[in-house]
Amino acid sequence: MLTVLLAIGMLVLLSLVFGAILGYANVRFHVEGDPIVDQIDALLPQTQCGQCGHPGCRPYAEAIANGEAINHCPPGGQSTIQALADLLDVEAVPLDGDHGTETAKRVAVIREDECIGCTKCIQACPVDAILGAAKQMHTVIADECTGCDLCVEPCPVDCIDMVEVGVTAKTWSWDKPQGIAATSLNIIATDRQAEVVH
Amino acid sequence: MQMVILATIPGIVVQTWLFGWGTLINLMIACITALLSEAAILAIRRRAVGFFLKDYSALLTAVLLGVALPPVVPWWVTVTAVAFAIIFAKQLYGGLGNNPFNPAMVGYAIVLVSFPVPMSQWLGVQSMISAGETLSFLQSLQAIFHHLPVIDSYTMATPLDGFKHKDLLDTQTAFSSIAALQVPSLNGWLWVNLAYLVGGLALIWLRIITWHTPAALLGALLVMSGVFHLIDPTDTATPFFHLTTGAAMFGAFFIATDPVSSCTSNRGKLIYGAGIGILIYIIRSWGGYPDGVAFGVLLMNFAAPLIDYYTQPRTYGHKKAKSGLKVGEDN
Amino acid sequence: MQTASIFSFHGGIHPAENKAQSLQLPLGRPSLPSELILPLGQHIGQSSRPLVKVGDSVLKGDAIAINNGFLSSFLHAPTSGTVSAIEERLIAHPSGLSDLCIILTPDGKDTWTTLEPLNNWQDISKTDVLAYLSEMGIIGMGGAGFPTQVKLQGAHKNPLTHFIINAAECEPYITADDMLIREKTLELVLGIEILQHLVEAENVVIGIEDNKPTAIAALKTVLTQRNSNIQVAVVPTKYPSGGEKQLIQLLTGKEVPSGQYPADIGILCQNVGTCVAVHDAIKLGRPLISRFTTLTGDALNASQNVEVLLGTPISHLLDYADANPNALHRLIMGGPMMGYTIDSPLVPIVKTSNCILAASKKELPTPAPEQACIRCGMCEQACPASLLPQQLLWFSKSQEFEKAEHHNLFDCIECGACSYVCPSSIPLVQYYRHTKSSIREAREANVKSDLAKQRFEARKARQDAEAAEKEAKRLARQKAAPSKTTDAKKATPAKAAPAVAEPASDDSKKLKVDIAIGKSKLKKLQKQLLEAQEKEHVEDINSLQLQVSDQEKTVASLEAQLANVAQAAPAAEATPAPANDELKKAKIDVALIGVKLKKLQKQLDESPDDQELKDKVAGFEADLKAAQAILATLGASAPVASAPKAAANDDLKKLKIDAAIAKAAVKKVEKALKKAEEINAPEIDAIRQQLQDAQQRADELEKALANPEAATQTAETTTAKAESVADSANADAAKKRKIDLAIAKAGIKKAEKNIQLLKDQGKDESEINASEWPKKLIEAQEKLATLESEQPTPATAKTETKAVPAEAQAAADMDLATQIKKEKIAVALAKAQINKLNKRLENSPEDTNSIRQEIDAAEKRLQSAEALLEKLIHSQTNMQENR
Repeated sequence: MLTVLLAIGMLVLLSLVFGAILGYANVRFHVEGDPIVDQIDALLPQTQCGQCGHPGCRPYAEAIANGEAINHCPPGGQSTIQALADLLDVEAVPLDGDHGTETAKRVAVIREDECIGCTKCIQACPVDAILGAAKQMHTVIADECTGCDLCVEPCPVDCIDMVEVGVTAKTWSWDKPQGIAATSLNIIATDRQAEVVH
Repeated sequence: MQMVILATIPGIVVQTWLFGWGTLINLMIACITALLSEAAILAIRRRAVGFFLKDYSALLTAVLLGVALPPVVPWWVTVTAVAFAIIFAKQLYGGLGNNPFNPAMVGYAIVLVSFPVPMSQWLGVQSMISAGETLSFLQSLQAIFHHLPVIDSYTMATPLDGFKHKDLLDTQTAFSSIAALQVPSLNGWLWVNLAYLVGGLALIWLRIITWHTPAALLGALLVMSGVFHLIDPTDTATPFFHLTTGAAMFGAFFIATDPVSSCTSNRGKLIYGAGIGILIYIIRSWGGYPDGVAFGVLLMNFAAPLIDYYTQPRTYGHKKAKSGLKVGEDN
Repeated sequence: MQTASIFSFHGGIHPAENKAQSLQLPLGRPSLPSELILPLGQHIGQSSRPLVKVGDSVLKGDAIAINNGFLSSFLHAPTSGTVSAIEERLIAHPSGLSDLCIILTPDGKDTWTTLEPLNNWQDISKTDVLAYLSEMGIIGMGGAGFPTQVKLQGAHKNPLTHFIINAAECEPYITADDMLIREKTLELVLGIEILQHLVEAENVVIGIEDNKPTAIAALKTVLTQRNSNIQVAVVPTKYPSGGEKQLIQLLTGKEVPSGQYPADIGILCQNVGTCVAVHDAIKLGRPLISRFTTLTGDALNASQNVEVLLGTPISHLLDYADANPNALHRLIMGGPMMGYTIDSPLVPIVKTSNCILAASKKELPTPAPEQACIRCGMCEQACPASLLPQQLLWFSKSQEFEKAEHHNLFDCIECGACSYVCPSSIPLVQYYRHTKSSIREAREANVKSDLAKQRFEARKARQDAEAAEKEAKRLARQKAAPSKTTDAKKATPAKAAPAVAEPASDDSKKLKVDIAIGKSKLKKLQKQLLEAQEKEHVEDINSLQLQVSDQEKTVASLEAQLANVAQAAPAAEATPAPANDELKKAKIDVALIGVKLKKLQKQLDESPDDQELKDKVAGFEADLKAAQAILATLGASAPVASAPKAAANDDLKKLKIDAAIAKAAVKKVEKALKKAEEINAPEIDAIRQQLQDAQQRADELEKALANPEAATQTAETTTAKAESVADSANADAAKKRKIDLAIAKAGIKKAEKNIQLLKDQGKDESEINASEWPKKLIEAQEKLATLESEQPTPATAKTETKAVPAEAQAAADMDLATQIKKEKIAVALAKAQINKLNKRLENSPEDTNSIRQEIDAAEKRLQSAEALLEKLIHSQTNMQENR
């Protein structure tokens, strides 16, 4: 009987001691991390397109922090979903098709001779990337355009096109090789007949 | 891989000469099992079966296991070992290149732990050399597929086994009294090890493997056995004994050098090899098994990624090498 | 001449050299091709800007493109001829993409332009020499194409210990530099001496691999002859000893720190080709228009080195080297290690093209399929940068960019040694290139998304501030309204005040919601229609089409209503039209005449007897008066004149918008027609009809737009919107009203002025009250109030939605105005009383106390009246602003 009591007593004592140590460590070594919303927001593409159903990227980041699905962001696509999954330690799911599909990077271009200067697109642009004044022709600052599509709908004369950003020799980059069991013509150094026999 | 397989030929020849057809039959069983299980798993994983079979990796695993198992071990032991090695130790980890452990040694360890009796049935070398008696091909087949009791008269402990069970005898007495530690037996195993040494040196010469791992392994084994033999010559065997019996050379040149599960940088290979050498000596001397290559290699497989992290070479243009797991702290 | 000590570098490989083939024949000089293709981006940095236009004729050596910024270069005509085009052509690039090129058609004469060598290069400033080199279009000819003057400028940062001439040419097959050294040994040495003059390094070393004995011997001979202190360092043949960083390590034992340039550790590297080009430019005045290129490979029967004009198409060179088209398997620009496959032989030679490798199938077989990495570590042994290629491959495959960077991916020089030794045939370098560019893209995307975030947040802050301001105003208004009800005696009209803005906004809100609902219905219907069209359900299509058009009509009418509501408020406000040009002119005239007059009067003051001056002054005074009169009439007519103008403008704008909408509709219908045609739907005819209708409407609108006079009419008939009539009617009424208002306001002002005048004259308050002015003031104010209340009444004729808020507003306006008037009078009365009392206080000091009390009471009354007045005025302005 005494042994049992002793054992229980020891365990209680131990738990108290370790609890105290843990509690102290928690206070002493508390890490002031980025709030999770900021971290999520940093991963989102900041197109502010609202395709996720939120008015901007930050509100969606807040919604994700509160448990919304991470696959509602078509501009970010699968890579953003993967990054969010890594950050939040959840499973990476495919993009939710209800919110749109992942497209190549695009910018808005105004067909300027058709523009009537209604300023509707200027009001719609979430990043102030459209320049113009009432009754003056408008134009898009291509570098600032996030390709969010929000200006297309309000245009009364349908003069805004979403144009895919083409690849030039300067912006071109190498493709990823297709992986195991695939032949890549671009392999370098194939003239190794001199050392074929190992 | 083909070259590694070819480099085992001297060892296989010597083993066949010493232990009879059993070794070759084992090899056949192992190879067939390996190819079948590899093909089956690839088919299940929907991979290009033909393409991956041609990389010889399954065959190499089979060959290594075939020569490592005792010559007259029952067929189901070989099949179990090989199938386990291919299916569990390799394919379930993602196939070639993704397995953290040496598949052959995983298979070997599994059967060693599961079936200790057949795994200790090595044939005696002595009787074959002195009496010219050896198992015929048919006898070997029978021994492997219908465990013949007659075999027991041929089986005999390996030198390492013998030395392990010397119990309270001192070294000198053991070498004079225990059959497995007599000169013919020792010479037989010396031949086996020499054959693998030749194959291994060929691999180094052909630049299939680097010298780092074998040298470190054998060096560590030499140093360990040497130091302990100097301390207590009456209870320990000589370094020469350790280097020329069991799977010392085979392990050093063919098992520990498996690139997938070992370290990659040169410094890492040295540490990795030395670790195996030390573990082999520890297991042989104080462990429960007579030989320690399989467990030594597997234990160091665990440590390989860690060693890799801490032995990154210094990149050109950088003051010092990066090490450790810290990501994001540049320079 | 001395020999330098040699160090070594990690890794490296020994591929088959294959250099002998192209050294069998002497240096060749191909004939002029039929056209030269000169890409504008032959160097690292900004593409050059063309200096010529299509049709220009140029002489050999004329500059045809100028540098575009700091990191850029010039481009020169390689021969005389005509610029036949400036267009996109395929260029030698791994992507196989096109870029802008100047196309030159040679005239065959090959006439040089006037050459002006820089003979005094030792005397003029180094900056000038560098600028001259830039104008000669000289860039690094080793591979990257870094503009030479930029590199030389960078070398001035630190004192140089080593100036290294890269003659290693470590890549298999290529012998262009070897041949260049043999052919132009003296030019090379002279070029090095010029560069040494420019950079002043302690040691000048030529690094050359030991597989070029002829070139080494030639160099040594010339250097001994010239008793030069340039050293020749013969390095063992090992790929990639010609890499800049590797050669530096070989010759100096130093490593270029990661992320820095050789200049940072006092070392400069130049390719032999660049040195010869520098010599040609300075000593001969020749710009960079040709280069040595190796033509080699089993598919060529006459492998050799050629001195070739830039822009020569590779097909021309293949013909020259007697290519066997059947044997040609792959065409590679550059060497087998770092070169890239080009898809078309039409691409031109550029300043950095050192080799054309026309390989047969046997020579460069299609690589074996990629196998799994078994971490054999061969790549690690071969890597000259001491990287862990197998780890980098792992991270590249799994897209773990952070880890790849941590493993120093960006220190990879893409030499291909790892790919070469890989037993699993893994295209390692391609993985690294892909990962590098992915990381760069990710960085750029990060920068961009940060920017977008900033802009978005700035915009949000701005909008929030605007909203907050509006909210504050609204609150102030709400506060003002109830305070009035408590104070004012007539509560009934005051109640309407807070309701003024609300009905309008409520209405518009409701309408907006309706529109949104309508639109969503429309969308749904359109979707159904589309589906039906896809499934070819004829009946469904017809009914759906009807529904869609109905819904469209509803939405349109709702939108029109919304527009009316939105317009109602501003319409009620008579904003004064801006002064027109004439008015301005008149004002300027008046001012001018006034200034002149003043001057003359001054003169007159100084010499008062001058009759001439007096006459002039009199004349100017008359002018001034006339001008003022004009100004006055103009001022009166200006608002009147501008009002119809504005109305016309509005009409025009509306027309334009209508036209644009009609055009868009035409387009939409056209699209639908196309689709219908595609699926061969039965409603094609209907759609065609629609298209015609829409087209017609658009045409009519277009016509109307062209003829502004008919604008109103056409707009009426075509758009079937009755607004325009009302608008024009309203415009007239508004005009009249505005004039009345102006008159009334002027009356008030006049009365106030007169009252003030009387006050200034020291008249007693009672006297002022006795005069006619206060009465007039009140009269005028009343008139103004009635006018202002009348003002929106015409709007009631328009639509009912408008009338409600307008009336309410009018009531509120009247109420406010009368209240203000009353309070003003109260204030005036209180002030007068105080004045009176004060006077009494002065006159009769005996009953000070009682008078004082009276004064206090009056002052209190005054204060409360003033406070109330202020509030009322404030709320009035608010209301006006919010309309």
